[in-house]
Amino acid sequence: MINPGKAVKESSAPPPAVPAGGKLVAAIIFGTAFGFLLQKGGVGKYNVLIGQLLLQDFTVAKIMMTAILLGMVGVFTLHHFAKVNLDIHPTKIGAQTIGGMLFGIGFALIAYCPGTGAAALGQGSWDVLFGMAGLVAGSYLFAEMSGWLKRTVETWGDKGKVMLPDLLHIPRGVFIVILAVLLIVGLFALERAFPR
Amino acid sequence: MKRLLLATFVVPSLASAADFGVNATDYDGAAWSPYLVGAGIGVLSWFTFYFADKAIGASSFYATVAGFIGKIFARKHTESLKYYQSNPPAVDYGFVFVICTILGGFIAAWTGGEIRNEWLHPMWVDRFGDSIALRGIVGFAGGVLMAFGARLAGGCTSGHGISGTLQLNAGSWLTVIFMFIGGIAAAMLLYTSL
Repeated sequence: MINPGKAVKESSAPPPAVPAGGKLVAAIIFGTAFGFLLQKGGVGKYNVLIGQLLLQDFTVAKIMMTAILLGMVGVFTLHHFAKVNLDIHPTKIGAQTIGGMLFGIGFALIAYCPGTGAAALGQGSWDVLFGMAGLVAGSYLFAEMSGWLKRTVETWGDKGKVMLPDLLHIPRGVFIVILAVLLIVGLFALERAFPR
Repeated sequence: MKRLLLATFVVPSLASAADFGVNATDYDGAAWSPYLVGAGIGVLSWFTFYFADKAIGASSFYATVAGFIGKIFARKHTESLKYYQSNPPAVDYGFVFVICTILGGFIAAWTGGEIRNEWLHPMWVDRFGDSIALRGIVGFAGGVLMAFGARLAGGCTSGHGISGTLQLNAGSWLTVIFMFIGGIAAAMLLYTSL
């Protein structure tokens, strides 16, 4: 139905090449900044994360929606001027509904997620270590089954690389404006309904 | 669209009526405004795309660590697995990024006087008691499910939840919706007093 070659437009000019050593320096700076922001945002805290799942504390939703809003506008502007590559992953309906659901159940049990867990460890929430051990074990379990999963679950509803504007047949620029407005309205509504 | 609006506004109002015995907002929250932090992460994503040609993500770090450990105990077997053939474990961008996320969390907590140094969060204790063993079992099981789910879906709350969604990747929005469906349902079950 959707031709991924058409759906994902490539930049007209290649973005700047990054040397390998520079990438590791970038990883140090950006990773530190990410952990710093997560901790300051309170999302390294057990109660803030579980509070989101219990719909008592909307800090996580507010952070994610604001990050999506700013990130989307900036990254697509940069992409428009051929300064960055997009990194679109295939849409696999079977794997992503099942995987998302398992992730969510795990989230309720461990209370931290892979990124916020790292920030939680940094702030001395040692209970995340049990979860991290589980994350390592679960990753190996997946790798153990990866050959079989690739032949079965990952083929269910494999749609290739699909972006929302193409799915809804709306021009990308128009879609970004609509989603930006929806996110802003949503954030105002969220702040009114849930001050925290 | 109508269904989406319904889900956004009706579900939370239903839930606020539910009583879980504990309230997350009774415990200390964020040091900074979520809008400031969200904006910071959004802007950070411009930099990671521009300077490193990378999206923000965390979950593959744990698969890399699992690969390193697997190679110590069963090198041939680990290298024969499909996932590690496509993603050989290495000290790469994603690995360094998450190690530094720990460091960033420490710097933020230390500068803000928020170092916790605790094995159990008070909210956990109030709901499930003070057994570290119970927390360990639940946390480990949660981690296994979470990592398996993340690898199957192709990312976590960072890779799909922020980086994929902001790039309007259809599969990322799908994944995030199901992450929250699973998470909200499971958490509400866990916190509903019988």
